[in-house]
Amino acid sequence: MKFTESKRINNILTDSLIYFILGIGSFFTLIPLLWMISSSLKDICSIFVFPPQWIPKPIQWYNYIAIWQEAPFMRYIGNTAIITGLCIFGDILSASIVAFGFARLRAPGSRMLFILVLSTMMIPYYVTIIPRYVMFKSWGWIDTFKPLTVPAFFGYPFFIFLLRQFFLTIPRELDDAARIDGCGTFGIYLRIIMPLSKTALITVGIFSFMENWNDFMAPLIFLNSPEKYTIALGLNFFRGFHSAHWHYLMASSTIALLPCLLLFFFAQKYFIQGIVTTGLKG
Amino acid sequence: MYKKRVIKETIYFHLYISPWLLGFLIFTLWPIIQSLYISLTDWEMQLNKYPKFIGISNYRNLLFNDELFWISLKNTIYYAFGSVPLGLILALILALLLNQKLRGITIFRTIFYLPSVISGVAVALLWVWIFNPNFGIVNVILAKLGLPTPGWFGDPEWAMPALIIMSFWGVGGSMLIFLAGLQGIPTEFYEAAEIDGANLWSKFRHITLPMLSPTILFNLVMGIIGSFQVFTNVYIMTSGGPGTATLVYVLYLFQNAFLYFKMGYASAMAWILFVIILILTLLVIKSSAFWVYYETEVKK
Repeated sequence: MKFTESKRINNILTDSLIYFILGIGSFFTLIPLLWMISSSLKDICSIFVFPPQWIPKPIQWYNYIAIWQEAPFMRYIGNTAIITGLCIFGDILSASIVAFGFARLRAPGSRMLFILVLSTMMIPYYVTIIPRYVMFKSWGWIDTFKPLTVPAFFGYPFFIFLLRQFFLTIPRELDDAARIDGCGTFGIYLRIIMPLSKTALITVGIFSFMENWNDFMAPLIFLNSPEKYTIALGLNFFRGFHSAHWHYLMASSTIALLPCLLLFFFAQKYFIQGIVTTGLKG
Repeated sequence: MYKKRVIKETIYFHLYISPWLLGFLIFTLWPIIQSLYISLTDWEMQLNKYPKFIGISNYRNLLFNDELFWISLKNTIYYAFGSVPLGLILALILALLLNQKLRGITIFRTIFYLPSVISGVAVALLWVWIFNPNFGIVNVILAKLGLPTPGWFGDPEWAMPALIIMSFWGVGGSMLIFLAGLQGIPTEFYEAAEIDGANLWSKFRHITLPMLSPTILFNLVMGIIGSFQVFTNVYIMTSGGPGTATLVYVLYLFQNAFLYFKMGYASAMAWILFVIILILTLLVIKSSAFWVYYETEVKK
């Protein structure tokens, strides 16, 4: 009796300790974001007040209006949306077709080719970026969206891998049944595999979104004129003029991060599924 | 009849994978071949139209005549050694805590994972502001605790530590992979150990750690590869400064390629980095024979 009692108290103590540590960890994890939002709602005076106020007085909602007039953020967001949208479409379309080939069609040498797909994942971008730049320059693609979007239509190896793994879990009997009903190979892809893979396709779409929305290096290399800037380049450009206007910088950073944060909260399970798939297969 | 079907399926297969095959040839294989060649040439794209073959001079100049090359390599190693081991330990501790069956634990998982899904310029700007020597939240807290307040990105001594501290904010990704690894360990192992009277530490040391070692290897390799390629944060936050205190390898490569347009020189840099990362990765994987435990192997 006494033994179980002490064990119970022990458990409560351990649990409280875990909650306590996790609580402190969460505090430090969230503080940067709270600091960003808090700073974005201050005016030019209160941002440089010491010690800083967490809840600004007065709350300067006006920052969120002012930044649109200070820089063409609407244009940046529009550019980023076009690039990201095309990439998501291209990634899902090309990766699913290629993955279907690897998962469902038999041919001599197909295993070797799949290993080649996997090994191209290991090739670092900095090895190919210079010749790519030279190549795109000779094609007249510099300062257009093409270098950022066209490659997405040629099957990104990681997405091919992810989708192939998923397609393999769909029973082949479904293909056979469809074939008997007169479905061709493309019909099986379109009517059987795609509708049954919505989760995996959404995961690919979300990964593609995150990758392209946040990307900085590729737009930095391939885009020159400010009217073609993405939100990442635009923010960096904007900062050049407002390096001390932290309230504006934080307000525009909040706007830039908002789509990612919203997507994360509403589609968390897809993120976790994706990352777990990558990790476990490693 | 049978033969005809096989041929048809082979044709279909190649048709379906043709987007990738084309992309591989145009955007990967051809650039790799070109990159190797460019690295053997003198090519200042702004000045001369065509690359001039100079053999291994670029490699020789990098290794023996370029002080900045070595500084950038040293800085990168500093960053990698600062951020990877501590980041992995932090991720593992969080994963162990999150693996407890407690009410509301998924909320904590969401919170810790959140920072690793956001990245790029906005996040880098946020951290510049956080580390602002006078009004940033870090120094405000340090001052309140009576601790010294470094100049962070303004101080050559403290700029790299600031970048490393910032990298810990993104440990959520490896944490989640650890968590998946932990959940793959059969509970019977722990039950059996408890019957044998094992305490918390020996359960961790003799069950969790060996069973998790393949996941540790994966996270370690990914961490090394990632940290050697750090670019955006450094570009935005310090541009390599103050002085050359945070001039990391890929930043110096970028400057050579897209600021000075020394394409040959930068390509040689790319290949040297590739070889360094390859050797490091192979060393880690080789060493894993001694510390990674796979369930399929028979332990004598």
